[in-house]
Amino acid sequence: MQSASTTRILLIALAAVIAVSFLPLGVSGYILGLLTVAYYFGVFAMAWDLLFGFAGEVNFGPTFLVGTGAYTAGILDNLYQPPIWLCVAAGALAAVLGGVVLALPALRVRGPYFGLTTLVAVLMLQNFVVVDAHLTGGEIGLTIPDVITISDAVNYEIALWFMAVSGAILFALSRSPVGLILQASGQDAVQAGALGFNVTKHKLAAFIISAFFSGLAGALMAFYLSSASVGTFIDITVGVQIIIAAVIGGRRTILGAVLGAVFLIAMSELLRPLGDLSNFVVFAMALVVVLLFPGGFFGLLTRSKESG
Amino acid sequence: MTLFWQILIDGFAISSLYALGATGFALIFGVSGVLNLSHGALMVAAVVAAWAAGDQLHVGPYAGAAIGVVIGFIASLVTYFLIVRPLQQSQKIREEEKEIFILTATLLWGIMLQELIAYLYTNNAKTVAPIVQGVVSIAGVRTPSNEIFTAIVCWLVIAVLWLLVNRTRAGKAVLAASMNPRGVTLLGIELSQVYIAVWAIYGVLVGIAGVLLGMFLGVSSYSVGPLTASAFSIVVLGGLGSVSGALIAAYVVGYLETLTAYLISPAYRTIPALLLLVAVMYVRPRGLLGRR
Repeated sequence: MQSASTTRILLIALAAVIAVSFLPLGVSGYILGLLTVAYYFGVFAMAWDLLFGFAGEVNFGPTFLVGTGAYTAGILDNLYQPPIWLCVAAGALAAVLGGVVLALPALRVRGPYFGLTTLVAVLMLQNFVVVDAHLTGGEIGLTIPDVITISDAVNYEIALWFMAVSGAILFALSRSPVGLILQASGQDAVQAGALGFNVTKHKLAAFIISAFFSGLAGALMAFYLSSASVGTFIDITVGVQIIIAAVIGGRRTILGAVLGAVFLIAMSELLRPLGDLSNFVVFAMALVVVLLFPGGFFGLLTRSKESG
Repeated sequence: MTLFWQILIDGFAISSLYALGATGFALIFGVSGVLNLSHGALMVAAVVAAWAAGDQLHVGPYAGAAIGVVIGFIASLVTYFLIVRPLQQSQKIREEEKEIFILTATLLWGIMLQELIAYLYTNNAKTVAPIVQGVVSIAGVRTPSNEIFTAIVCWLVIAVLWLLVNRTRAGKAVLAASMNPRGVTLLGIELSQVYIAVWAIYGVLVGIAGVLLGMFLGVSSYSVGPLTASAFSIVVLGGLGSVSGALIAAYVVGYLETLTAYLISPAYRTIPALLLLVAVMYVRPRGLLGRR
């Protein structure tokens, strides 16, 4: 795989993060709010890319991990009002447990079969949320009493730097020997095992890491929105958007997922005048990217850089 | 006792419909290895077309149903030529990644159709005027004639499909392609012709299943995801690529859902089937009658 050097990409990304960290000085709170959500979305998509792009697991249920994190944090805050960091940590921990549960079938079944298991996991979580309404708020959603801060700018910076740190860790991991072993076990588990790598251990690790970041981001985003609902965290459509963000950003690039997430959110905002048709146009554009530029945005960027 | 008969009759009608819906899905996978995640959207498109023809153009129920089937047929071929074929023949995508690209693209396509239908005809549930009306009494249960009609049509169509695949030359080519694509090309049969034939058959099946569903239960644009998921789970439960497995699985799922809805609560309708699916995948990942 032709790729620009790891440190160079990280430096460019760091410069970009620092540049956009000055946005609160000149941009309205409304746009900051949109970007805050886009950054959390970017983390969801990066975590998904680690599982799919590297470990080769077709996970249709990123929202199973995200939703577990968001709802655990929210329910805990509703019931006992512990410090917020404790709720967030509990959310991440619950998502990791969810990741282990999701990993168990993945070690047994492959491809579309596993994809279906993850889809089932999402439907089960959704059923649980709707049926246990006294705990979860049901279809109306869960209101979370505490917030981290009410300042748009601070919320924006938290999301931005959280995304930057998560992205750096996930990206470094993907370019490390561990990432290569994951990629090898994703493409041919038998051969990777024959070369002496412990495929099971590495896949389990990938699930745990992906779940940790998904859950952490879900919990933080729930506190930012001060609510959690099926429509924002669990619904299959949300999962599809996460997958689309990762795919149009460029699979197996980790950082591309952020570009995809920002693109998705920016587009649905720009196309808002179209009303109900805006989603249709966004998805149509995503489909065109998938059909014509399978490498995604990140693929286009790195390729043009190499030819130029 | 009435409850028993009610569950038996209702479950049979639902299951037959599931069987018809899943057969096309299984056929496409068996022959071309494609999991078409826009399945639910194609079905809903057929229903909405039939509904719009009856409700807005005021055509009769037969013409409305025919229009629904034609739209299902067209939508299926559009899906193949616009989405699936370009990806299958793409030079930019590596072979082992094509499967996931087709999954993502058909998923996107399905959501696009869903959004478009919601935009043009709102999210409201739509029921197609049934061809057969009235109520008959079977074993003391008042059953809409439409329910019996649905079951009969489903089985007629499945029987015709069986004859088509097993008794005609073109059908045998399709069957052979599902067993060994390379062998078929060596015999001088154009594989892409087989694919087009399969997607055409699939379109008709989707159209008929959709229209029947629209007459029986009605659908809205929200049904797209659940319809795809139910076809997917029935096909996986039966064993990917096995049409007879899908037929059995359709009855298992249909009856399990009906039992739950009647005996426990309609809110839990889908849960036991999902649990069964997970259990089967742990114990026997290739499904009931799966080959691989």
